[in-house]
Amino acid sequence: MSAVELEQVSRWFGNVVAVNDVTMRLGPGVTGLLGPNGAGKSTLINMMAGFLAPSAGTVTLDGRPLFRDPEIYRDVGLVPEREEMYDAVTGWDFVLANARLHKLADPATAARRAIGIVEMADAQERDIRTYSKGMKQRIKMATALVHDPSVLLLDEPFNGMDPRQRMHLMDLLHELGEEGRTVLFSSHILEEVEQIAGRIEVMVSGRHAASGDFREIRRLMTQRPHRYTIRSGDDRTLASAIIAEPSASGVELVADAAGGTVVQVQATDLSAFVHALPRLASQHGIRLLEVRPADESLESVFSYLVAR
Amino acid sequence: MNATVATLTRRSLLGRKRTLVLLLLPLALLGLCTLARVLAGLDADIERELESSLAPGFLTAFGIAILMPLLGLIAGTGSIGPEIDEGSIVYLLAKPLSRYSIVVTKLVVAIGVVVVFGVLPVVVSGVVLTGAVGTLTVAFGVGALAAGVAYCAVFLLLAVLSRNAVVIGLIYALIWESLVGGIVPGAQALSVQQWSLAVVQRVLGDDAARLGVDAAVGFGTGLVLLVVVTVGATAYAGRRLQTIRLSEDA
Repeated sequence: MSAVELEQVSRWFGNVVAVNDVTMRLGPGVTGLLGPNGAGKSTLINMMAGFLAPSAGTVTLDGRPLFRDPEIYRDVGLVPEREEMYDAVTGWDFVLANARLHKLADPATAARRAIGIVEMADAQERDIRTYSKGMKQRIKMATALVHDPSVLLLDEPFNGMDPRQRMHLMDLLHELGEEGRTVLFSSHILEEVEQIAGRIEVMVSGRHAASGDFREIRRLMTQRPHRYTIRSGDDRTLASAIIAEPSASGVELVADAAGGTVVQVQATDLSAFVHALPRLASQHGIRLLEVRPADESLESVFSYLVAR
Repeated sequence: MNATVATLTRRSLLGRKRTLVLLLLPLALLGLCTLARVLAGLDADIERELESSLAPGFLTAFGIAILMPLLGLIAGTGSIGPEIDEGSIVYLLAKPLSRYSIVVTKLVVAIGVVVVFGVLPVVVSGVVLTGAVGTLTVAFGVGALAAGVAYCAVFLLLAVLSRNAVVIGLIYALIWESLVGGIVPGAQALSVQQWSLAVVQRVLGDDAARLGVDAAVGFGTGLVLLVVVTVGATAYAGRRLQTIRLSEDA
């Protein structure tokens, strides 16, 4: 049972602040590190993996600082985001080499076990250069598991996997968490994270934006104000009808590029508003030409969490 | 030293297309030497030249000044540079291994490659040119080895420090050592080529003057500089590997 602790950790590169005053504790079980690209997830994982010193604060594994201590890798397994491995060797040779680099007592047995866990025994004699993206991902997993680590860090492990491989990896991570290992994986996709992570840490623009179980994060994300852009037969009448609805908190008539107008609505109660809109249009005899949710990118959802 | 790191390094170094270049360079040297020997058999003047200054001139110009820096560049940077660029070095770094042991192992593999593709061809060329394993052959063999070791250490460090190691290394080998060193006498004192030539000169002994081998630095200075640069570069590479950034993204 190992715990990784980050205490008021910041990391900057020149003038760019990649991670800003993050405090979190990762214990046994699966934790998802969620955030858009460029949020500082990889920097955080690099610090937890001992490759990067925090500019401020401390990153420790069971109280030991992680930076510049090769001995921590007896307890930590890392699955890097980048795909490149030693392409000129076979999957078996590579996993075996990793077992030997860990100076394990019986590297062949450890390599066989790790390859078995990721179900790559059938392809283990092929050169890594011939593997698909998903197969490479699984061999990467095997190298990280070969020494039976108590902490497993995975940087965007689902990238490039097909749905079946994704399910398999999700099951595997779930099992590893159930066994009492501390498993952390990063992702920018909420659905991916909420399926397996008991706990979610959200990073946005280098800041620790939210923390909790997936229900809590999901609630934070869905209960934010939603914005819609509506084009209709009578924008002004529709706008006045919408503002009378309690589910909407703001309406604006905005000129569009074609010289006409559109109605921009901010809805506070998403499900009430989507039911109210067709009813209002029907009552006032207004034809709805286009209803488009605006500002629905993941980044905007995350930005909302930060602003809270 | 770590046998597994050595195996992975050897396989990735020799598994690339640059192995072809590793073969072409010594083959060109051997080809030219064989041609010189054949021509010497046809013309007595050429034979006299070959026995005095042509053979050492040839081994200096092609062996010490071209073959060794280029092989040192390919082997030294190739033993670690691509792994750093691609990020696969992470599989070595995320292990309970001393970073110094990783660097020393990679240096030993690079030196092994330089011995096979550089030092041995220089020795064989010496035999082809002189017809015997004499002092000249031994002197250039030892000099090539000294140069190869130092070049590997310097270029390995360069690969740890910069993603543009090959370009910087080429500029050093071709511009600094060959061009600037040829024009500005002071620059020769800071040149692996001249330090190793000092080793060649020492092994040749009294024959050096007759054979036209004249290094810009004395043997003592050359040897000390070779050792300091090799050990210093290796130690610094190990130190830098402890804090190397694995990705450029923030």
